[in-house]
Amino acid sequence: MFIKEYISEIAKATKSLWTGMRLTGHYFVRPKTVITQQYPDNRDTLKMADRFRGEVIMPHDADNLHACTGCTACELACPNATIKVITKFELTPENKKKKALDTFVYHLDMCTLCGLCVDACPTGAIQMGQNFEHSVYDRSTLTKKLNKPGSKIREGVE
Amino acid sequence: MYSLHAITHSIQDWLSARLSPVWVLMIESIIVIVLAIGLFAVLGLILVWLERKVAAHMQIRLGPNRVGPAGIFQTSADTLKLILKEGLTPDGADKFLFNFAPFVVMIVAMLALAPIAFANGFQIWDINIGVLYVSAISSLSVIGILIAGWASNNKYSLLGAMRSGAQIVSYELSAGLSILTIVVLTGSLQISDIVHAQQNGWWLFKGHIPVVIAFIIFIIAATAETNRAPFDLAEAESELTAGFHTEYSGMKFALFFLAEYINIFIVCAIGATLFLGGWMPFHIGDWAQFNHVMDYIPSSIWFFGKTFFLIFLIMWFRWTFPRLRVDQLLTLEWKYLLPISLFNLLLVTVIAIMNWHF
Repeated sequence: MFIKEYISEIAKATKSLWTGMRLTGHYFVRPKTVITQQYPDNRDTLKMADRFRGEVIMPHDADNLHACTGCTACELACPNATIKVITKFELTPENKKKKALDTFVYHLDMCTLCGLCVDACPTGAIQMGQNFEHSVYDRSTLTKKLNKPGSKIREGVE
Repeated sequence: MYSLHAITHSIQDWLSARLSPVWVLMIESIIVIVLAIGLFAVLGLILVWLERKVAAHMQIRLGPNRVGPAGIFQTSADTLKLILKEGLTPDGADKFLFNFAPFVVMIVAMLALAPIAFANGFQIWDINIGVLYVSAISSLSVIGILIAGWASNNKYSLLGAMRSGAQIVSYELSAGLSILTIVVLTGSLQISDIVHAQQNGWWLFKGHIPVVIAFIIFIIAATAETNRAPFDLAEAESELTAGFHTEYSGMKFALFFLAEYINIFIVCAIGATLFLGGWMPFHIGDWAQFNHVMDYIPSSIWFFGKTFFLIFLIMWFRWTFPRLRVDQLLTLEWKYLLPISLFNLLLVTVIAIMNWHF
């Protein structure tokens, strides 16, 4: 019947509107649900998500050792030539020549933080860091050398 | 009950003892103008801040919190910025009408303030057709919006203005009919009579379900008449940039913005007066003791409390509901609200004739 349909339509509309209003009202009366981060104020306690991609870093352990073999897989994976791996040849104790990392050049100003280099790395030598405060006055400081001076490849990483 | 009659009458007597009637009228007008403009400025600042805070908390945000405690001075800073900005007039615009439109909208909002009773004995103009006057004046604001849309010489402005026209003209009907239910129950169009008729209980409680329905229809129509979401097609940001005030900048834009908030205040004040008793404290029938305790709360607090409750309700709508399409907007009015309010008016008339209300 027409009247029945008409009234049930109004009832349904009222119910769905009330459902929406209950949700916003729920948030309104509970200030604890606010998810805003008041950034410069909470810098000391700010915790970024684990999956956050701030910059590419190369972790070094306490003995200043890294896991980069200088294979240049990251350089090949990079879509916009952000990474330049400079390699050298070192002599092993058996007097054999072996390829090793000399300088890992990282252009932060060109990086889109896509993470393809981290995926391509076979030894897990590079990671995505959490730091996001990258603004500087001099653009040239954005070209970084990721391996620390005097660092060596960790034993057993091939 | 404490009344402000004493203060207003003593000012009147003090002035008329010293000056000729013409000067008394002039000085009283100046007092009223200063009070009205002061109220406008304060209301504009507070309502915008309130809107932003309510919106933020409903969207799990914090809202303005940098300028002053809880961001209370944010709106003052924004107003200062708008005053300093250039009020640009586009080359292709109709210069006179373009600059005239903000003032039309503003003056209409100011005129509608006249018959509202802010407290016991505190009313600018208690005319015997108060309710009719307000509904007549508030329908004039569409002219200002149409002028603004037309004079801007911009397709978005024109579309927004036309939508606004269609919307205000249609929703005035159901707003008027729901106002009529209270007029039928009271038997008077005068605001002070309507408030006094609610001495033994507000109409919302005295008038049974039909008045509750009328109240809901009035709130919906008021939201539509003030061009607020979910009925904000006139200035739908995602479709029309800013609707009829796309081309306005600086203080001219601020006048539109201010008028919008003043209109919200006025429709909510009318709603509070008609359905929630205006400045009348919460009274229950003949419980003399209870009513006497309620009288200790000043009448202005009752009035502003009720008005701000309705304003909050309208803000709650805005930050919950999605925008309607034009056809949905007109369907809601002509197929649902208008038939229901016509039938409802009939019911209320029967109640009033048979004296079934409390």
